[in-house]
Amino acid sequence: MSGVRTAWPNLLDRDWLLTDSPGSRSQALWGQRYRLWRDFSANRLAMAGLIIVLALVAMAIAAPLLATHNPAQQELTNRLATPSAAHWLGTDELGRDVYSRLLFGARVTLGMVLAVVALVAPFGLAIGCIAGYYGGLVDKILMRTTDVVLAFPRLILALAFVAAIKPGITSGIIAIAITTWPPYARLARAETLTIRNTDYIAAVRLTGASSARIVLRHITPLCLGSLIVRVTLDMSSIILFAASLGFLGLGAQPPSPEWGTMIATARRFFLEQWWVPLMPGLAIFVASLAFNLLGDGLRDVLDPKQR
Amino acid sequence: MISVQDLVVRFGPVEAVRGVTFAVGEGQSFGIVGESGSGKSTVLRALAGLNDDWSGRMTIGGVALGPKRGRAFFRRVQMVFQDPYGSLHPRQTIDRALSEPLIVHGIGDADRRIRQALAEVALPSSVRFRFPHQLSGGQRQRVAIARALMCEPEVLLLDEPTSALDVSVQAEVLNLLADLQDRRKLTYVMVSHNLAVIAHLCPQLGVMQGGEMVEMLSASDLRAGRVSHPHTADLRRLSTELEEA
Repeated sequence: MSGVRTAWPNLLDRDWLLTDSPGSRSQALWGQRYRLWRDFSANRLAMAGLIIVLALVAMAIAAPLLATHNPAQQELTNRLATPSAAHWLGTDELGRDVYSRLLFGARVTLGMVLAVVALVAPFGLAIGCIAGYYGGLVDKILMRTTDVVLAFPRLILALAFVAAIKPGITSGIIAIAITTWPPYARLARAETLTIRNTDYIAAVRLTGASSARIVLRHITPLCLGSLIVRVTLDMSSIILFAASLGFLGLGAQPPSPEWGTMIATARRFFLEQWWVPLMPGLAIFVASLAFNLLGDGLRDVLDPKQR
Repeated sequence: MISVQDLVVRFGPVEAVRGVTFAVGEGQSFGIVGESGSGKSTVLRALAGLNDDWSGRMTIGGVALGPKRGRAFFRRVQMVFQDPYGSLHPRQTIDRALSEPLIVHGIGDADRRIRQALAEVALPSSVRFRFPHQLSGGQRQRVAIARALMCEPEVLLLDEPTSALDVSVQAEVLNLLADLQDRRKLTYVMVSHNLAVIAHLCPQLGVMQGGEMVEMLSASDLRAGRVSHPHTADLRRLSTELEEA
């Protein structure tokens, strides 16, 4: 199709994007995306969230360039120092530079969050859509399993899992993933239940399409919007969850500079050298808040019920 | 072309359709009228294979229908739904909606077929890459008709195809359906609560009440008032009163 070839230079052309009668499939798609972006970028708080999230990710990626010290380098003569020109955010109980540790900690913490989301979202979506579309016995088996997992206290289940394997980042990720997927499955199932009885799905069934094709090509795209919103809103609780595992000594292991672990090791100096646990605490706070703002903004543009 | 004998459709313990029998010849139109909840749409959905829980005997083109239909069935039989706002996928362009049946049935030459289908239902080619929310109700119903015709079916099941449209657009869509039937020798089964709409398109019609077909008559009998069942007389009186009001 000719539109595909000419799409790229046109992406900066507002009229091309906003036309009422697009000339090709890709033009229609880009037009829709542009409208979403326009609605989203009009929301200042959401944009602030997006910018902070992107900045955090960029800082995590560029940590070796931005760090002033080696995050593992100890300087025992200069423990628990206040913020200064040499150590911008002070030093911790082993004299390590807190600023550099925060940067490298962003890699661990955000990496864990992204890994959890990458595991959980597709899994929950698949379980929910399959249960919702097929109904009957399939639905019962999948949803009762979901209920069982949901009935466990999250932290206890994760703790039990990590304790049974061995503490570390990988087992932390898996533990969080195991306890986080049920809400996504439920959400996707609820969406699928309302979608599967609509006339447009009946029309697709009347083409003779297979159930797999209907679920994959026609139902999941509609569940995706609310799922993305839910995921961004949950990012902050996943960060906190990862931090609590770290705090309890069951997530990332020292000397790995994970934010929660940093707070955990600094808790002994909470009253006298309060800035040591404060810095990673602030990092967790800023990241969680940014994800929440981003999620709220995405809900406003993506949630079909609000359109 | 179509024959339905003693069709019973159940929703759990409720019998929504109780022993309906009718037959439609090739290239003919058959109309089913009745109030909301009389089971007329249920008959159509059972015929289309959207409802599994039925008993009785249904044949299309001499082939008996089972509870599950194969792909070949859907090439012969298609359906147009009542609500054009609900029958098009909200996130898919018209182009995608029309190419879907072609992909499923492995029919090539999509580009030409889609352009031809749009022309056939008198839609400008500029709507091709629009999303459904960018079209009017009448345009959407034309798209739904075009989609139903993509695989060149022989039978079209029409579930109140005009009731969600305003009066002037209703006439356009009905005329389009009549033209298409002439051109393609289609067999129609149409369901409506509107006697005028049914009588316009269907020379033969059946009246349903409480899941049963209480009377079968021709459109000319209906117009002349030669009806035998009191429910038909009621419906007829109501619709003439409405027209006069």
